[in-house]
Amino acid sequence: MVTTKMAEVLSDYVETAEDTQRGKFLTFSIGKEVYGFEIKYVTEIIGIQEITEVPELPNYVKGIINLRGKIIPVMDVRLRFKKEAREYNDRTCIVVIDIRDISIGLIVDHVAEVLVIPSENIVPPPAVKTGFHNRYIKGIGKVGTAVKLLLDCDKLLNDEEIDTINKTV
Amino acid sequence: MSEDGISKEPMLEMYLFEGNQLVEQLEDIIIKCEKDKRFEMGAINEIFRIMHTVKGSSAMMMFNHIGSVAHSMEDLFFFIRANQNIQLNFARLSDLVLSGIDFIKAEMHKIEQGHAADGLGDDLIDEIKTLLTQMKKSYEDQHATPAVVSNSSPDGTKTKYYISSYKTPPEENAANIKYCVRVFFDEDCQMENIRAYMVVNNLQDIVNELYHIPADMIDNEQSADIIRDNGFLICFSTAVSYAEVESALNQTAFLRKMDINQVDHYPAEITALHRKREIVLEDTPEADRYPQSENLETSKEGDPRTSNNRQQNIISVSVAKLDMLMDIVGEIVISEAMVTKNPDLAGLQLEGFSKAARQLRKLTDELQDIVMSIRMVPVSMVFHKMNRIVRDMSKRLAKEVDLEIIGETTEVDKNIIDHLSDPLMHLIRNAMDHGLECKEERMGTGKPSIGKITLEAKNAGGDVVIIVRDDGKGLNRDKILNKARQRGLVHKPEHELTDKEVFSYILLAGFSTNEEVTEFSGRGVGMDVVTKNIEKIGGSIAIESAFGKGTEIFVKIPLTLAIIDGIEVSVGKSRYTIPTISIRESFRIDEKDVISDGDGNELIMIRGQCYPVLRIHRIFNIKNAVTTISDGIMVMIESDSKTACLFVDKLVGEQQVVVKALPRYLKKVQGIAGCTILGDGGISLILDINGILERQLS
Repeated sequence: MVTTKMAEVLSDYVETAEDTQRGKFLTFSIGKEVYGFEIKYVTEIIGIQEITEVPELPNYVKGIINLRGKIIPVMDVRLRFKKEAREYNDRTCIVVIDIRDISIGLIVDHVAEVLVIPSENIVPPPAVKTGFHNRYIKGIGKVGTAVKLLLDCDKLLNDEEIDTINKTV
Repeated sequence: MSEDGISKEPMLEMYLFEGNQLVEQLEDIIIKCEKDKRFEMGAINEIFRIMHTVKGSSAMMMFNHIGSVAHSMEDLFFFIRANQNIQLNFARLSDLVLSGIDFIKAEMHKIEQGHAADGLGDDLIDEIKTLLTQMKKSYEDQHATPAVVSNSSPDGTKTKYYISSYKTPPEENAANIKYCVRVFFDEDCQMENIRAYMVVNNLQDIVNELYHIPADMIDNEQSADIIRDNGFLICFSTAVSYAEVESALNQTAFLRKMDINQVDHYPAEITALHRKREIVLEDTPEADRYPQSENLETSKEGDPRTSNNRQQNIISVSVAKLDMLMDIVGEIVISEAMVTKNPDLAGLQLEGFSKAARQLRKLTDELQDIVMSIRMVPVSMVFHKMNRIVRDMSKRLAKEVDLEIIGETTEVDKNIIDHLSDPLMHLIRNAMDHGLECKEERMGTGKPSIGKITLEAKNAGGDVVIIVRDDGKGLNRDKILNKARQRGLVHKPEHELTDKEVFSYILLAGFSTNEEVTEFSGRGVGMDVVTKNIEKIGGSIAIESAFGKGTEIFVKIPLTLAIIDGIEVSVGKSRYTIPTISIRESFRIDEKDVISDGDGNELIMIRGQCYPVLRIHRIFNIKNAVTTISDGIMVMIESDSKTACLFVDKLVGEQQVVVKALPRYLKKVQGIAGCTILGDGGISLILDINGILERQLS
């Protein structure tokens, strides 16, 4: 009985943890646009710190950092979206996310807030591929009159197609 | 519980671990027996026990195919055990058992990989059964009266009995003695209920009836707690001697204490259970034995820790946990440097602090050494696997071969040993197939008819050298050279090539001088894979051979991958660590000493020798680095007989570093082996000298 009780408590706990995270998005800005991604991926947010360069990386992967003994790569989301590079300042943040056992830091201009966006307020992105970074956008969240672009973390990390095409051209 | 993601289902992991160990043990026994051309009683008992355990645990884990194969082998050896003086068909028997082992191994491998154990052992079982029937038949022919044969052993103290026909229905035996045993397991041994089940399993073959409390230990998880607190109570009646009962019980792992009492009547709690429910044994008692004449001690109160101590001195720990421990220790070493060399302390006179810091340093060094030593395992496991290869191949190639193993206690890091088995297997195969001649040829050249392969491991400085030596026909320099010429691999005048250089051609991909492709080798894939695998773990291969006399292959591997001595250098803003092993010297030179050829390649002349200059900032495209030769420093590096000079900004210092892998997300960069965290919290990239030389010079 003891174990079953424990299991119940545990599963309750997990459920509530998931419940409290459901529909919550961490939003951050890059230039004028506001992006967001599901909060369950986020491990922590740290200020910008010294980045060690590693040779032969795509330009948007800036290098590696030492996060309390753990070595993680950092990606500049600005460069990932082919926007102009900008000097890092004290508002620049590294958002550490954990996705399918890969930890990675995302460099963003600044972190805004955590928003609850109910699923009925999220619409799929337009089918027309107007801008290339459409492919990283999973949905568009409406909050009041503002619009937040919700990112697909998986694609952000693993979509190599574009780079290989660029390289061959 | 498995949040850390490193533990599989604990039961399964335990099953696989124990199973693999048992099967390997079995393989060793069989090969040894085959070599000695006889099965000793001890060996037969051992085989029987192993098959029995495998059967039991496989059935428990619901791997029925493995279980039934093990069961049929168990039956076979039961018969052999019971009828020792039977004629055995050795070759057939060992072949069968070995294929059984292979089957179980393959299934376990599938389970390990997360696949379903779906192999069918039916053919194998049929074959085993046929053999068993044949054996029975021939036995019955030998002994016209299948009655009980009794036979006194020479020393006369113990009497052995041979049991006549297999599986005769048990006769009623009045002389059953009732025992009441309470077993206590080690604290923290965990899964007491499963262990209790194993005890029951061990006893099953010798008892006639058996009751235990708790009764439902497998289905009921709380029974583990009960067993932990009150012990595991087993009552049974048996015809075998006290000593046999004791030894059967002593097989139990993690046994802390057991009280064996001989009783006339079962205690009340058991009789109550008795009425409620009968325990049906898996097998009906197979053997009746004559009553023992020995006097049994009626009771032995509080039997002290019995001979089972050997198991308690060793625990098995998952490698992932050791890796974590290693990481943590690495962190501690780094933090220690961060504290004691803190810039805030610079210039302060702190006598007490530096004393304490020294003490800390000493302790962390010791800690590091201990953790490293935990990870060290002897090479014997890998070496003994080769026995099987040699056996199989000598049968198929009809070459008699003697495998000699030297220095199997030499220890290397666990990480390395895992990568050693395949290359060694390949080298042994090559030696058997190409190296050793057939019997007639050997006789003709005056060699002993039995070929000899030596597998040797020894320590040499910071490395371990493994030598595979055969006394076969050796490598043919001209033949190799011819082939190399055909393939356009020879870039030097032939008379300048040393033997070592010529022989190293066979390590290249697609290079096989063997005209015929055999089942085992000759396709020219293999040696290059061996080289790659060895290089992956930071090792190297060298070949020596005397034509007609034999070949020696030296595999040099590092003791460990986790910690290396390195020289730290800076280039631009970045810091790099060069493994000290690959550094020959470092020096400053003038701009004018560098000679440039037309293609932008730079060279320098040192003591009459010409070396290429590799500028790190050019290789890795680093900005803001020193570009004037006279402002920077040259580091001469060497690896695998290639030498070059690396140009860096400056040398920073020497230290031991803990090697960490680059994050998986980053693709592998040729020339970078990993990274390490420096005393100030910064990161330094570790150069892979081999990789750099390869990418720049070829």
